[in-house]
Amino acid sequence: MTAEATTTDERDPAAARLLDAWRTPTGWRYWTAVNNSEVGLWYVVASFTFFLFGGILALLMRIQLAVPENDFLTADQYHQVFTMHGSVMMFLFAVPILEAISILLLPEMLGARDLPFPRLSAYGFWCFLIGGIFVCGSIFFGVAPEGGWFMYPPMTTEYQTGVGVDIWLLGLSFIEVASIAAAVELIVGVLKCRPPGMRLNLIPLYAWYILVVAVMILFAFPPLIAGDLLMELERSLDWPFFDASRGGDPMLWQHLFWIFGHPEVYIVFLPSVALLAMIVPTFARAPMVGYGWIVLAAVGTGFLSFGLWVHHMFTTGLPAISIGIFSAASQAVAIPTGIQLFCFIATLLVGRVTKSVCLLFTLGGLATFIVGGLTGVMVAVAPFDYQAHDTYFIVGHLHYVLIGGTIFPIVAGVYYYYPAVTGKQLSERLGRYAFWMMLIGFNVSFFPMHFSGLLGMPRRVYTYQPELEVGTLNLISTIGAFVLAAGFLVFLWDVLRPKSKQPLAPRNVWNAGTLEWLAEVPDKPWGVRSIPIVETRYPLWDQEQFVQDVDEGRFFLPGADEGKRETLVTSVVDAEPIQCLRVPGPTFLTHFAAVFTGGVFILSTFHWYVAAGISGVLAVATILVWLWTGTAWIPEKHEKDVGRGVTLPIYVSGSRAVGWWAMFITMLGDMTAFISLVFGYFFYWTIQEDFPPQDSTGPGWIWPIAALLAITLVWSAVMAARQFNRQNRGSMFYGALVCGIALSLTGGWALLMGPATHAMDPTSHVYPAIVWVLVIWTTLHVVVGIVMQLYCAARRMAGKMTARYDADIVNVTLYWHFIFLTTLITCLVIAGFPMVAR
Amino acid sequence: MSKSISRDNRVSPLWAIVSAPAVWAVHFLASYLTAAIFCAKLADSDGSAGEVQLAVMSYTVIALLLIAAIGASGFRRHHHGRHSTSHDDSGRDAQRRMIGFATFLLACLSAVATLFTALVLVFVGTCH
Repeated sequence: MTAEATTTDERDPAAARLLDAWRTPTGWRYWTAVNNSEVGLWYVVASFTFFLFGGILALLMRIQLAVPENDFLTADQYHQVFTMHGSVMMFLFAVPILEAISILLLPEMLGARDLPFPRLSAYGFWCFLIGGIFVCGSIFFGVAPEGGWFMYPPMTTEYQTGVGVDIWLLGLSFIEVASIAAAVELIVGVLKCRPPGMRLNLIPLYAWYILVVAVMILFAFPPLIAGDLLMELERSLDWPFFDASRGGDPMLWQHLFWIFGHPEVYIVFLPSVALLAMIVPTFARAPMVGYGWIVLAAVGTGFLSFGLWVHHMFTTGLPAISIGIFSAASQAVAIPTGIQLFCFIATLLVGRVTKSVCLLFTLGGLATFIVGGLTGVMVAVAPFDYQAHDTYFIVGHLHYVLIGGTIFPIVAGVYYYYPAVTGKQLSERLGRYAFWMMLIGFNVSFFPMHFSGLLGMPRRVYTYQPELEVGTLNLISTIGAFVLAAGFLVFLWDVLRPKSKQPLAPRNVWNAGTLEWLAEVPDKPWGVRSIPIVETRYPLWDQEQFVQDVDEGRFFLPGADEGKRETLVTSVVDAEPIQCLRVPGPTFLTHFAAVFTGGVFILSTFHWYVAAGISGVLAVATILVWLWTGTAWIPEKHEKDVGRGVTLPIYVSGSRAVGWWAMFITMLGDMTAFISLVFGYFFYWTIQEDFPPQDSTGPGWIWPIAALLAITLVWSAVMAARQFNRQNRGSMFYGALVCGIALSLTGGWALLMGPATHAMDPTSHVYPAIVWVLVIWTTLHVVVGIVMQLYCAARRMAGKMTARYDADIVNVTLYWHFIFLTTLITCLVIAGFPMVAR
Repeated sequence: MSKSISRDNRVSPLWAIVSAPAVWAVHFLASYLTAAIFCAKLADSDGSAGEVQLAVMSYTVIALLLIAAIGASGFRRHHHGRHSTSHDDSGRDAQRRMIGFATFLLACLSAVATLFTALVLVFVGTCH
């Protein structure tokens, strides 16, 4: 025990117990940590490492393009480099860094001890790391994907037969698991883990933005997962989803990709703006102007961003009306985007601004983003887009948006939050050097690209001819890129340079007003000493003796009497305490789960399906052990005194429980992927004269109706089991589950029999292929539902689920609501629609 | 704590905030799908899309009426309680007023975005 711990023990035994409960593991066990402060930090470091890798790839491209007809890279190498640059920056940096920063900081901003599912965060991180290394590693073996970050078929289905496309599809699908896990964690975190009193009108703006972004992830990523599934089925099993000769259509991929791809831009932009929304009031010494307007902007942008995807497809020959509709939405999104920028400017105008490197990067980011936004409005106008499409004008535009809207704000965020995380400040002097080098380098690099593009230089080509007369512009761009990279190196040096001799920064070094600045220096692993009652948006500015009261444990959960990790769960709207939530601690289970889950994707890449299947079984087994040992613990007492005379239940189930919300949110994402597949079915119907083909018998209606009937009965049986469990009628509970499992097997079998008994060969035409996909998707969900029913039966047998403590069966019932809906839609589509269409 | 537990199901303010943009989304999707299906399946050889224009105009009227109702409800929430109550006070009234304000603003944005979509159909009447 350290001297510091001994002192704390003697002075404040409650604090000592709390510290003990939240202590970070040491030695090699450090890597078993699941606390947000450790996982968040690893996530940030890993994301930045991938960012540097992507940056080096960018420099290789700029060297290649510095002069006409250069041979620094071959065409193949260049294709791999530009594909990996885009994919790494978008999938391994831009999205993960927002998740990383949120996992690291969101609990602190909410005065929570941790997010509600720390092991889920850790699992997500390890999935991300394994998947990222797998995807990036491919380039060192010369087998990296070459199809661009958008992977358009038929190029990627017919002409690129190497393993690269599979690495992209399966590797990045694996990483998307991490994104969806983070989305679940962040949504539940913002809705249910706020401190008492923090009503919706007092939430830090960062949390509003993250809530919107996490919901966007939930609806944007699943269409890409659905697209990945279809393309991998075409590549592995020859199911012709994108093969026009057998009824498929490459345009479906473009739709699914860009339904993900455009919201993605805002998924990476909004969290960065969220950082600015925390930084600007601090340095303006004034509350944010127009809080309600910013909520409007965040929510409005979130919605409108889903109406823009076709503007990436203006030149594909869509009807003029469709193009017009998406062009209009693309311009409308400028309204909420602009509003938040005006709020930032207004806050700076009304406040007393203090100079700082954070603010330099903030202002640089805003100015740069505005340029990118304006060129964005230009390309939202279809006739202009026809001219600029696939030229370097677009490369210039998108980098102004992404570097201005994401990179500069993130660097500002690093300068701002570095003291809160490490206790040391970064150098203002080095920061200024880095800023000016990055700003000048960036503009020198990317502004000329607009002209290169207008002069006719196409994107994604490994070289160009001198006659195009863009050699000088490209040379300038290359010089700018190296100046930008030098700026990053200065920044990197500032972050990594040894600081052991540098004094600790004062607590709340910037005199900010929000809860994350309660962090002590050096920080303690418990997050906050006691979970405060919040009455204003800037409690550190406005609530008297606030820090002292928190530090002296005068608020909630000032100790850990039972030695457990605990945090408060509050109600969604009014943030009233409703539960004392116990969260699990360090484990290696998340590592094993991530490794085995990764095995499914990585081994499938090389078509080692038996090994992938074994890995899948091990992943499921590990996750079941994790759930069995780490969730829905029956507490030693029903309620607990959390301080200030408030007693709260330790275990809740149903819509009050975080686990129920996690299931609900996960299933929303799952339904989105399923609806994307259904969209595929109807997409084929719109583009083909004869769909379903006249000569196809289809899956008929008898088997689908039988399946629907069986699954409806399963749904009823699971609901009955929940009720019997509540009534403590054990034999009836087990009986209902046995019926449920038997009927699930029947339903799944009947679903498969539809296409199987009608000779629907999925390789012959896209119609049987899409019917098979819907049927298999639904059947797999039914199989998962069987495992869940068995799990509930085992939990009750083992005494881990009782009439009172029934979260497992309640959550499984929620799952079956969704499965019933999925089966209903599947049967209506595959059996009902052919009758109507004919 | 039973009182506070029962309040946990109160998520209606969040639905209020997203309702107007949701109307925009439905209008947008309906307009796009109508246009896409009509142009793919029903359009004449000259590509005239008069029926789509008519359909989208009707969607627009319905959407704007719904958005107006949501906006009015937000406006009423915003004027709830004492006028001196600020949006950033700690009470329920302040929350109600702020949510009302955000709902009203989002209704305005949704109305503008819906009109943007509808205007396309005023100017473009062909599938080509």
